[in-house]
Amino acid sequence: MKVGVVTFPGSLDDVDARRAVSLGGAEAVPLWHGDHDLRGVDAVVLPGGFSYGDYLRCGAISRFSPVMTEVVAAAHAGMPVLGICNGFQILCESHLLPGALIRNDHQKFVCRDQRLRIERTSTAWTSAYDEGAEITVVLKNGEGSYVADTETLDRLEGEGRVVARYLDVNPNGSLRDIAGISNERGNVVGLMPHPEHAVEDLTGPGTDGLGFFTSLLAAAAV
Amino acid sequence: MARVVVDVMLKPEILDPQGKAVHGALPRLGFEGVSAVRQGKRFELELDGDLTSARLAEVHEIAEKLLSNPVIEDFEVHVEDHEGSGA
Repeated sequence: MKVGVVTFPGSLDDVDARRAVSLGGAEAVPLWHGDHDLRGVDAVVLPGGFSYGDYLRCGAISRFSPVMTEVVAAAHAGMPVLGICNGFQILCESHLLPGALIRNDHQKFVCRDQRLRIERTSTAWTSAYDEGAEITVVLKNGEGSYVADTETLDRLEGEGRVVARYLDVNPNGSLRDIAGISNERGNVVGLMPHPEHAVEDLTGPGTDGLGFFTSLLAAAAV
Repeated sequence: MARVVVDVMLKPEILDPQGKAVHGALPRLGFEGVSAVRQGKRFELELDGDLTSARLAEVHEIAEKLLSNPVIEDFEVHVEDHEGSGA
């Protein structure tokens, strides 16, 4: 299985994401924001960082990059897409996911090992987890506060589309402690914390994040 | 030539931590009696040629598609300077 990782100008975590994809057992394929080409990949990761310097709004300019035209079309056709942090912001700006991510309510950048509960395992990216699994991965963001209107939040909860929720503390003011959501089909997932930084014991808080990258292979094997 | 201004503001129900930070600084500077501050963005678009209604409609499209995120923001468009209008 080939998993593309897009590099935008200002992406920071594309190399870590590629490494996590490899550790998860898939082939990592670098994709470039300026190309109208997904290079035959089976899935796409939009990594964290500050694409286009977060100018205008986080993810607002990346959304219109050539590669995103291809990613949006592929996502509508069912291709698994995972957006992490800035990638989550890009997915919201692209309207592949509802809601938006705004500045942390406490106004400070936050960087911590964050406990999460995985609440939806029927997505392309979370099938390797047990429902209700509690994991610890890195969280680092300045604009990670998930917001949407009450109707949208109720719909997300009602349809079981809250993929992960913050435990212990709400690090950024996200409504209903939401850390990650999916589209209806479950192929598109956006997540504010960084599972790709928790895939090796040597670095990061453990290997709890690896499941996001092994889930794809498990889904492909079925 | 015409200058069209697009003002983008967070919707009233969306928390504005930046505005809150600015508001918090005011008493420290000795400014009293400001009950709230909301921070927004102002875009000044210089348009070539005549400002037709079609061009203005295009500015609305720009504001809706790129300059604002309708999930969290509202925008207003107004013509600031229209050559020949003396404005």
